[in-house]
Amino acid sequence: MTCDEATVLLHALLDGELDAGHAREVEAHVANCPRCAVDVRQFRQMRQAMSAAALGFAAPAALRGRIEAAIPAPATLTSILPASVAAAAPSRRVLLKGFALGAALSAAAATGIVFLMQGADQEQQILDDVVSAHLRSLQAGHLTDVPSSDRHTVKPWFNGRLAVAPPVVDLAAQGFTLLGGRLDYIDGKPVAAIVYRRRAHVINLFVAPATGVDRGGARHETVQGFNVRRWAGQGLRFIAISDIGADELEELGTRIEAAVRAGA
Amino acid sequence: MTGETDDPERARRFRDAALPHLDEVYTLARYLLRDSADAEDAVQECYLRALKHFGTFHGGAIRPWLFAILRNVCKTAFARRGFGGAEPAEDAVPVWCETPETPEAQVLRSRDAETIRAMVSALPDAFREAIVLREINGLAYREIAEIVGAPVGTVMSRLARAFDAARRMAGGGGGER
Repeated sequence: MTCDEATVLLHALLDGELDAGHAREVEAHVANCPRCAVDVRQFRQMRQAMSAAALGFAAPAALRGRIEAAIPAPATLTSILPASVAAAAPSRRVLLKGFALGAALSAAAATGIVFLMQGADQEQQILDDVVSAHLRSLQAGHLTDVPSSDRHTVKPWFNGRLAVAPPVVDLAAQGFTLLGGRLDYIDGKPVAAIVYRRRAHVINLFVAPATGVDRGGARHETVQGFNVRRWAGQGLRFIAISDIGADELEELGTRIEAAVRAGA
Repeated sequence: MTGETDDPERARRFRDAALPHLDEVYTLARYLLRDSADAEDAVQECYLRALKHFGTFHGGAIRPWLFAILRNVCKTAFARRGFGGAEPAEDAVPVWCETPETPEAQVLRSRDAETIRAMVSALPDAFREAIVLREINGLAYREIAEIVGAPVGTVMSRLARAFDAARRMAGGGGGER
């Protein structure tokens, strides 16, 4: 392989887009070519710098408002039916509409999760609070009370501020940068907010003591355009919210679940 | 608006699928157009078009679909002011013409977001588009190729040239080539 070929392919290598055969060829060339080795090192650094910096822009609230206003208002009872349900089972969704039991219950039934009807209002209140807290956190200066990428700094900060010790998991290797922690309020109760970032996207993970209605299984929802993943375990309830994809939020959730089970 | 967009079910599905990506679409618009007011207009137009044509979206990843629409909006409505304007063909622009040389040897490593943003913004259209879609929006090469209507190999070489140009701007190595 020549330097000219390697010059282009090494980017594909760094981006994980190269098949195994070509990857071996590029690696072999780089191993024997000091100039290309410098390239690989510098371009890797640049990629790391780019992914570490928040290069994205948040859409102005006014723009979001104008777009939301342009979309015909949804029927209120179905407005929070999760997108996953809608996409996976359109026919069932139409059926559910007929029941008109209330969106939360429909969503719960559609995903096979049943919880008590009196809990539904409170659940909705919690989701609303979560979205509000997430939006608030995105405003300048509201993201963290304790800004640190070190879990050993973030975790002790909550001591004495909360009745629970929230697990703080380091997921930097998985592409989730720990930004810090914050005290927030959901449903009128203080909760821990652990803040992560992936690429330009902020993820708030709220941790509170588990309540009686919490079930272990993870639930996905889309609320006001944000993806939400909720689960419970080890006496705690967790609610992660972000505008990253549901699959990425799932990845974060499963990794934190695993770490908590392992005693993080 | 047609009756299509008045279907509340469809509107709701669109809302759930498309709105979570608003920040990313806006980010792409900011980089493509290099102007916040133009970006807002383009994103709004993009979402209106996307809603109107949501019936033609057959599942799969919605982000590339939205990005492709945004790109069309930018190319057509905003051609004069920014992205897609009369720029020389990419091969005609030697990347080293872009580069104010600086003595700093450190490549980007400790640079703040503002500096990197400015650096990305200074790249020519095709390179800027490729590097934003890949490194900021996190798309796969294949998805980028579909959006920009070019072969994957072209995407790859644009990325290589984008990084090379950015490195020169940062004052990094490779200048002897």
